[in-house]
Amino acid sequence: MAFEWLNPLLIATALLLAVVGAVRRVNLWRAGQPESVDFVAGLIAMPGRYLHDLHDIVERDKYMSKTHAATGGGFVLSLLMIILVHLLGINNQVLGWALLASLALMFVGAVFVFKRRLNPPSRLSKGPWMRLPKSLLAFSGAFFILTLPVAGVLPEGAGGALLTIVLSIFIAMGLSEMLLGMTWGGPMKHAFAGALHLAFHRRPERFGGGRSTGLKPVALDQRVLGVQKPEDFKWNQLLGFDACVQCGKCEAVCPAFAAGQPLNPKKLIQDMVVGMAGGSDAQYAGSPYPGKDVGQANGGPLLTMTEGLIDPETLWSCTTCRACVEECPMMIEHVDAIVDMRRFLTMEKGSTPNKGAEVLDNLIATDNPNGHAPTSRMNWAADQNLPLLSDVKETDVVFWVSDGAFDMRSQRILRAFVKLLKAANVDFAVLGDEELDSGDVARRLGDDATFQSLAKRNIATLRQYKFKRIVTTDPHAYHCLRNEYADFADGLFDTIEVLHHTTYLNELVQAGKLKLNSYKGGTVTYHDPCYLGRYNGEYEAPRELLRSLGIKIAEMERSGFRSRCCGGGGGAPITDIPGERRIADMRMDDVQTTGAELIAVGCQQCTAMLEGVVEPRPQVKDIAEILVESLVEPLVQERH
Amino acid sequence: MQPDSSTALDDKGLDLTELDLKIVSLISIGKHPTSGRARRAEQDGRAVELGMVLAEATGDKQNLTVIHAGDSQLEAQQAALRSYAGMGLGAVRVLQMRDSADAINPLSEYLYKHAPDIILTGVHAESGESSGMVPYLLGEALGWPVVPRIANIVSIKNGVAEILQALPRGQRRALAVRLPFIASVDNAAPAPRQSAFGPASRALMDQKVSQSDVDGVRNAWSELPARKRPKRLKVVKAKTGAARLKAATAKPQGAGGKVMKEQSAAEQAQAIFDLLLEEGVLR
Ligand code: SF4
Ligand code: SF4
Repeated sequence: MAFEWLNPLLIATALLLAVVGAVRRVNLWRAGQPESVDFVAGLIAMPGRYLHDLHDIVERDKYMSKTHAATGGGFVLSLLMIILVHLLGINNQVLGWALLASLALMFVGAVFVFKRRLNPPSRLSKGPWMRLPKSLLAFSGAFFILTLPVAGVLPEGAGGALLTIVLSIFIAMGLSEMLLGMTWGGPMKHAFAGALHLAFHRRPERFGGGRSTGLKPVALDQRVLGVQKPEDFKWNQLLGFDACVQCGKCEAVCPAFAAGQPLNPKKLIQDMVVGMAGGSDAQYAGSPYPGKDVGQANGGPLLTMTEGLIDPETLWSCTTCRACVEECPMMIEHVDAIVDMRRFLTMEKGSTPNKGAEVLDNLIATDNPNGHAPTSRMNWAADQNLPLLSDVKETDVVFWVSDGAFDMRSQRILRAFVKLLKAANVDFAVLGDEELDSGDVARRLGDDATFQSLAKRNIATLRQYKFKRIVTTDPHAYHCLRNEYADFADGLFDTIEVLHHTTYLNELVQAGKLKLNSYKGGTVTYHDPCYLGRYNGEYEAPRELLRSLGIKIAEMERSGFRSRCCGGGGGAPITDIPGERRIADMRMDDVQTTGAELIAVGCQQCTAMLEGVVEPRPQVKDIAEILVESLVEPLVQERH
Repeated sequence: MQPDSSTALDDKGLDLTELDLKIVSLISIGKHPTSGRARRAEQDGRAVELGMVLAEATGDKQNLTVIHAGDSQLEAQQAALRSYAGMGLGAVRVLQMRDSADAINPLSEYLYKHAPDIILTGVHAESGESSGMVPYLLGEALGWPVVPRIANIVSIKNGVAEILQALPRGQRRALAVRLPFIASVDNAAPAPRQSAFGPASRALMDQKVSQSDVDGVRNAWSELPARKRPKRLKVVKAKTGAARLKAATAKPQGAGGKVMKEQSAAEQAQAIFDLLLEEGVLR
């Protein structure tokens, strides 16, 4: 056959250039900060992580998961065999047939990719991504024909020189997309970086169904606090950004994006890539940050990102709801990146917007965000006769009251919960004025110094007493206590269980400690608070509680792990970045479609946000309040 | 009524690049009203903010020196001083003295020696004596004019500063004051910028040991939290909304007194002198 040297040469060149590109890419990641990773264990675990964790997420979209399995699986198999057959020249008929089969598989997958791209949803990026299905078809199609003689279907040299040349053009096209594109920044980069990201993920606990949601502490004696330049990220965070496939799943669920605030998690990750590799965002072919044009942003590994690459408003729009992280098939950690950059803005630049500075000052001076006298923390319970830990020293359950103590609406929830605790004869006590703000808001606003100070002082207080459990009605405090305090607590939390009040109440109800009448109102829906659901995986207890009242929950389309944020997390109501709509209004629209008359909630912040929506709208009640209304009160309650 | 010009600096982009202007802001340890904890004092923070804006306008941040006379060894005080530094100061100069000592002598000695052009202070401290006397005593010691309760410094030309003084109800009075001078900064001045933890913790606490006398008078006192004074109810007998608004916003009509605008400076001075004699301020 004429030019039979051509194709092996093409393959060899492509492989070589791909390796060169890979080295360059790896060096981009290595510019990041050191982070210790178990390389061997990670690499061994990688295929499993791909097949289970990643695929479980892709599986939510059946069409795409089948398409991806066929295309990706077909490609990996084909590439291995192409090297054997067409580069090393092993002329084995069985191998030839096997290669034909895997190329056919890839081709079929590519046809479906092509179909999806005929009328792509807005969340998908266009540009080079529109070229990808054609490259996939070219690659699999051309190699298929080229392999026919090996399998003995066609005689050697069939088709003549012309066909060979045409085939070679397709092969060159396919190879450059599939191999060069993989390491030189084309769409296929996601496969290369994605595989390594799975292996060297910064939160390996997430694999195998685990959960890792606590933010990582800042070492407060560092040269720069937080992330100023791309190189201030950990190296495996940089690697993670490179893994993005621009599928826009994150964009589709982001409440800030939907509200028209200048945030799009997909664009944010792409901007991180621009920063890491240097250049401008002109190549970006997806949805922009609402209200901002693409093409204005410039960055480089040594440039301050918030000056030219990313508008601080983008970072402050995030509610830290983690919806993006939950949906991302590449398991990218958007919230970590956003808070890392906020840390720089707050702790180095002192530029927390709007009420941010005031709230942080108050937290420093009074241990609560609104500057109330620290000695007035127990005023809400003046009539409750609550035992104080400083008196009793020992108890079963510590009721963590949280800053809801200072807010009249939240106090109704606290009272309801106390009534339930008393009705169930629980041995509990509160910290009273010794309790401080959990540090949640300070941490989400990027002030890790204040968070750490609050956390350490709270831990020192808790250490003085003997108890088994901490129960709180505030999912934000719950998250801090359960997932973030351990970094400073020296093992204290190994023996203490932290529970959300819905979990605990459910336990009491299931154990028969609380007698409840059945609920007599109309339709009820349940809003999953982000910090209870996605951050802590508690979706069931609140629902079981409602069911135990005989309520049939009218679920919203976005519920459970897909719940839409109320807009109240991450300090968003404090930084208050303007958009076109309010997130709480959109959530209320979700509620309205169920026809519910009552929204059951498990968070005082969600309660405040949803009650902030103008009437007429359904009522909003915490589950504790709903339970109290149905409580069968014991007739004689004689206890000493 | 003059327009509120607290944003005038930004509007005009105050440019002092040609000036070799030395500014000093004096800071004290503040006290949070509800928790009583040491903090950045509100007015002193504004004095630093104004000093920073002026220094930035000269093109050299080093033209501002921030000075505290007191004891920076105590942890809470150190944290409060650092929260000023977190506004972006490289250093805070501390005239180290015992907490119980009187700050006036070391301050006036230091200021006499370094001869700045502008000294900014708060109106009065948030703890301790809180007498508001520091700018006056320093003015007396240095022989400089004192401008109380300023809201902003609008421009500095030919050695004369154009200053906006804060009056009640958002009114401003434009003053022209020759350098050097001492000014106390009112709450109406622009709020201090946010204090950031990183620069705060890295700032230099530049300590100078200084001689000072124990403040015997003050040490004999004991401190108690202030009691809220009962407020006198103002009965407004207005019939219409407009009248009520007028009553609520009107300037208090001082009984007696007179406005002297036309007379010569000598006559005006004589009138003030006579009044002070009459009131027994001067003897
Ligand atoms: S960050 Fe994740 S979810 Fe968002 S576009 Fe990239 S891969 Fe998709
Ligand atoms: S955490 Fe929520 S608000 Fe923030 S980027 Fe992700 S989806 Fe958007």
